Amino acid sequence: MSDFSDLYQELILDHQRNPRNYGEIPGADHHADGFNPLCGDKIALDLKVDGKGLIEDIKFKGSGCAISKASASLMTTALKGKSSEEADRIFHQFHDMVMGKDGKGGTKAPDLGKLKVFAGVRDYPARVKCASLAWHTLEAALHDKRDVVSTDDGVEP
Amino acid sequence: MSTKTRQKPKTAPAQKGPSYDVERIRKDFPILKRKVHGKSLVYLDNAATTQKPLAVIEALDSYYRTTNSNIHRGLHLLSEEATAAYEAVREKARVFLNAGSTKEIIFTRGATEGINLVAATWGNANVRSGDEVLLTTMEHHSNIVPWQRLCEQKGAKLKVLPIDDKGELVLADLRTLLTDRTKLLALTHVSNALGTVNPIREIVKAAHAKGAKVLVDGAQAVPHATVDVRDLDCDFYVLSGHKLYGPTGIGVLYGKYDLLDAMPPYQGGGDMIASVTFERTLYKKPPHKFEAGTPAIAEVIGLGAALDYVGKVGLPAIASHEADLLRYGTKRLLEVPGLKLVGTASHKAGVLSFTLGDIHPHDIGTILDREGVAVRAGHHCAQPVMDRFGIPATTRASLGMYNTEAEIDALVKALRKVVEVFR
Repeated sequence: MSDFSDLYQELILDHQRNPRNYGEIPGADHHADGFNPLCGDKIALDLKVDGKGLIEDIKFKGSGCAISKASASLMTTALKGKSSEEADRIFHQFHDMVMGKDGKGGTKAPDLGKLKVFAGVRDYPARVKCASLAWHTLEAALHDKRDVVSTDDGVEP
Repeated sequence: MSTKTRQKPKTAPAQKGPSYDVERIRKDFPILKRKVHGKSLVYLDNAATTQKPLAVIEALDSYYRTTNSNIHRGLHLLSEEATAAYEAVREKARVFLNAGSTKEIIFTRGATEGINLVAATWGNANVRSGDEVLLTTMEHHSNIVPWQRLCEQKGAKLKVLPIDDKGELVLADLRTLLTDRTKLLALTHVSNALGTVNPIREIVKAAHAKGAKVLVDGAQAVPHATVDVRDLDCDFYVLSGHKLYGPTGIGVLYGKYDLLDAMPPYQGGGDMIASVTFERTLYKKPPHKFEAGTPAIAEVIGLGAALDYVGKVGLPAIASHEADLLRYGTKRLLEVPGLKLVGTASHKAGVLSFTLGDIHPHDIGTILDREGVAVRAGHHCAQPVMDRFGIPATTRASLGMYNTEAEIDALVKALRKVVEVFR
């Protein structure tokens, strides 16, 4: 391994090689598309939310760099069974972590779990959008925003 | 690169000689001494923008320290000196392109503005419903979008000359794509994404035979070889100063005088008028008709310093040095397991675009950056080229006059690191 292990951690490489929850959900009740015009990363996100408001199923499809693919994959594993309020909270913690707003080490991010593997992204400002694309797309899907989410269209990274 | 050297390729390689001292040239570029992430900078993003020699930096500094004044107006000494310095660069640009007259040299913000100027003036006056504008698959977005907008406004048709698997234009299709309705063929001299050098003179001849005008995007061509617009016989030629070791925000539009004279103005304002009343405004003649407002005076003077510098080193010598590097880089890159070059035209300039297995170019770019190697990763503002090759993006190393074989070696070493991380 090289000195890039802060960014390209084994867990990230594993999820980019073998993305979890990859595909579509027939009859999904929430859907959104995300796009990063800078690098051409694309994601299509499907969600199924049950009667109690919990995320019953979540799947993504798309193409992109290792960071964006692994982020989407780990996001889906982190959110299954969570309520949309919990998902919002995790999104904000994740966002603060990759933006470096949470103090070093993500100590104020009790709900992140495995997602803390993306803490290294804060040292690579050009890659914050890659890590965030799936999450912005999730927000659009959960809150039924129609437009394609674009990381270069006034969306804060 | 110019059609002249294309006709007689044997004369090209001999001109470099032992006098090309790349280490001495590197000393003229202060930025090349800096470190990035603790490593020596290896700057291989010259197709995006080139670094500036001290002569250019000092020209900007000296202008603001000693000469700063508005041009074409004041009767005082500073204004006279600034005007003379500004207009002297028009003559340098004329010589650089071998245009017939300085009246054919218009200063713009860059190649993009040059194309937009022609679309907004000549295009607006000459392209009508049912007419056709022909582009090629390898155009930069700046040579697509202005024509797309014009065609939408006019009800004209946009057509595209395809490229083959090597990244060369399919010239056999030119005959059918050029029709009596083709008003303009707009194409690049050198592809920014692939490095392909197009046979402009031959293409211009074919377009003229059908009565079409030709605009050539020379942004990627002029840093790499001598261009002669009269030899090419193109109607318009655009370039950007910042890709030619000059400042940002300045470029040149060459146009044949009769076309420029007949074209309506671009922007209205000061400096482009002969007289203004509320009833009627009389415009100046070209080139001033197209230069409304106070121009980028310092940048023009900086461009002049860049043209002098490039002239002193000598474009044939630069071209020969870069051709050697391109050959070396091609050989070395192909040693990296999984690397595939995108753009393998037989006549190429300065660009090594590639994919590396299924590793995304942005991951490659990040790792290269941390090793001090600056490249471009992405679609290079040429999405149709990426679509043609069925890829979202490439990594692109692009060469300049100051690059060395040792820098190619550093690139290859960093790429091996990428392969190791993603193994």
